[in-house]
Amino acid sequence: MASGLTVIFGVSRIVNFAHGSLYMLGAYLAWTLVTSLPRGHLGFWGGVLGAALAVGVIGLVVEMLLLRRIYRAPELFQLLATFGVVLVVQDLALLTWGAQDLLGPRAPGLRGSVEILGLRFPLYELFLIVVGPVVLGLLLLLFHRTRWGTLVRAATQDREMVGALGVNQRMLFTSVFFLGSVLAGLGGALQLPRESVNLHMDLAIITEAFVVVVVGGLGSLSGAALAALLIGELHAFGILVFPKITLVLVFLVMAVVLVVRPHGLRGKPQPAAHGVAAAEPMIGAAPPALKLAGAVALLLAVALPPFLGDYALTVLTEIAICILFAASLHLIMGPGGMASFGHAAYFGLGAYGAALAATWLGVPMLGGLAMAPVLAGIFGVVFGWFCVRLSGVYSAMLTLAFAQIAWSVAFQWVELTGGDNGILGVWPDGWAAPKLAYYYLALALCLGGTLLLRRVVHAPFGYALRAQRDSALRAEAIGIDAFRIRWWGFTLAAIAAGVAGGLFAYGKGSVFPTYLAIPRSVDALLMVLLGGVQTLSGPIVGAIAYAGLQERLMRLLEYWRLVLGAVIILLVLFFPQGLAGAARFFWERRHGDA
Amino acid sequence: MATLEVEGIQKSFGGVQAVRGVSFAVEPGEMLALIGPNGAGKSTCFNMLNGQLRPDAGRVRLQGRDITGLKPREVWRLGVGRTFQITATFGSMTVRENVQMALLSHHRRLGQLWRPVARMDAAEADALLARLGMAGQAGRPCGILAYGDLKRVELAIALANQPALLLMDEPTAGMAPQERVSLMALTAGIARERGIAVLFTEHDMDVVFSHADRILVLDRGALIAEGAPQAVRNDPRVREVYLGSGATSGH
Repeated sequence: MASGLTVIFGVSRIVNFAHGSLYMLGAYLAWTLVTSLPRGHLGFWGGVLGAALAVGVIGLVVEMLLLRRIYRAPELFQLLATFGVVLVVQDLALLTWGAQDLLGPRAPGLRGSVEILGLRFPLYELFLIVVGPVVLGLLLLLFHRTRWGTLVRAATQDREMVGALGVNQRMLFTSVFFLGSVLAGLGGALQLPRESVNLHMDLAIITEAFVVVVVGGLGSLSGAALAALLIGELHAFGILVFPKITLVLVFLVMAVVLVVRPHGLRGKPQPAAHGVAAAEPMIGAAPPALKLAGAVALLLAVALPPFLGDYALTVLTEIAICILFAASLHLIMGPGGMASFGHAAYFGLGAYGAALAATWLGVPMLGGLAMAPVLAGIFGVVFGWFCVRLSGVYSAMLTLAFAQIAWSVAFQWVELTGGDNGILGVWPDGWAAPKLAYYYLALALCLGGTLLLRRVVHAPFGYALRAQRDSALRAEAIGIDAFRIRWWGFTLAAIAAGVAGGLFAYGKGSVFPTYLAIPRSVDALLMVLLGGVQTLSGPIVGAIAYAGLQERLMRLLEYWRLVLGAVIILLVLFFPQGLAGAARFFWERRHGDA
Repeated sequence: MATLEVEGIQKSFGGVQAVRGVSFAVEPGEMLALIGPNGAGKSTCFNMLNGQLRPDAGRVRLQGRDITGLKPREVWRLGVGRTFQITATFGSMTVRENVQMALLSHHRRLGQLWRPVARMDAAEADALLARLGMAGQAGRPCGILAYGDLKRVELAIALANQPALLLMDEPTAGMAPQERVSLMALTAGIARERGIAVLFTEHDMDVVFSHADRILVLDRGALIAEGAPQAVRNDPRVREVYLGSGATSGH
């Protein structure tokens, strides 16, 4: 699995969330094939191989229809597009196979177990232990002994040069993607006898695979194998020794590896891509028309609510919270130039901070609201220290992995967090209990926070963030410590997200692990990208548009993920500047402004 | 005391010795040119001086203080300005803001979260830009500037921390001939006026021979000649290296 990911990434430099979906599809297809084919060796192994090949073909189609069009787009958009695929596949799988877990048959011939050193090992596990190195060996042979493999390795090192030598890059990429997809499908299919097939497989495996790939070093097959072994052992022994904290253990190993070797065990620093990236646009004062529009919107937001019903007030409160959440993510994505795919972690930590303070310490609402940014900020400092050490996609993957870890802790630590049942009864104090009062409180805090962030962007700190994004070389040459600036930027964003999360907790009256789950991180990403990364008003516009849209979609449609995923893909393909970006473009063109 | 003293610095990449035991010194107010054919080790040498590369052996001293192996930002804090062969500026900011960033960093005010940059150190930045003939461009974004103007912006940024030493890697590469002369004349004027030691690499021999006080010639990682322009021009080994490589050897 991880080897598939690392090969694809190495060559195409496309980080692929959809890989998890391919893995899940492999498992589902294998289930279908194995259960419908006649029992016995042929049925099982034929089903597994058939599923792997089918997934390869699906991967091929995705590559040709979608990814091929966006190889030149910024990495962030590529990630986002593959995330769109994840959402679509999830709903398609739900449509086809239903929501219940599916149990596969055992592998024929490998049902028993053997005793080694007094411990019983299932034969199938031993078989998997053998298969891993065999696949790895075959891949190494393929890459080092065939012409195709040589070309792929050459493309990994210098894409332009290989193109200049007359190699058809499209075919090369497509074939690599096919191979990677087959491996993902095979990985999924082989899991069939071990565990049930379910709809959460995709994100679970992708997090694990990212950890493996990051630990091993991107683009390094042997590194991935080494890391997979290491993590696998940790899981196995961790469960024996400390069953509750295996995840934390894995996280600690990753932390240690990244501190000692920032590019993974066997990875090398990424060569800089040729060519100069287009200059990011400037950030200036808002044009008068925008100021006017903002003032009108604010006036409406303050004057209208007393005449609205409770439901409308709830929606408006959520929109206000969304604005702050999106603005906090925008700080690290826009001026900071870093991508976070796990920003919900800080939102959710804020919510849990408030809820835990309320239920365990019994503090009143204001105390809970104060705890929210504190908890989010603490984790922002810790997680951020790792995430901002790396750049680009590495960093994005790490944010995702941390968010996933935070989610599983909230999910598994039932004694503290109530697990899946969440924490209920987090209600505001008496004075803020009416919806209207709470709305004004949320509006004040969220708009205040958003304006504060805006102020920061115009202050020296915000400029320093942009400076290290524009030119790391120049920033270092004038004494800017890019690491520290990014770290504090990350923390600041986490704190702001925490405030939003705390407000959300009291607004809903309850806190669930989904608050820090990946879909919520994607919500934030979409709000920022929908509005446009490059404008300060972008996240605000995006949050309003997105929150409104999602609210309608979820109300009307059962398969909202499908629609949302499709919207994301279309957005990436046709609307890369976002709403505010597009508006600005038309505005400037009409006014003949360069 | 010399502003910069370099003692036997060495650097290898894999099996290749890029720089083998180079020593020299730069005096305050002096324009010292480092020349040599392509691949002679000029850029490697340069990158070891401001901390982008760590020398395998040898010492680098700035005003008597050992700066070997410090990070570029630490070297900058001690008073070393740097311009790059390929300009590196902040494309999303105006010319003035670029200079303001260097000034703010020099005054250690980059952590501030509240006051807008627009009102900080703007006058000082404008004065610096005026000195470099860029006053009219202060409000333009760096992303759309002509290359020659970007080189001037880089110089303004490099001067912002009132450096004792200025490192200029091919300061006139990519500029029109007339611009080259005026930029170097400007640099020499500022260097003498403020007592800044300037070390620059250059391919244009007109620029080197008309503006350098002294010249170092590097070939295959080692110094082969050092001295006043006239002496270097007549050095038989220098002539051999340059005639062999086909470059012009001055006039």
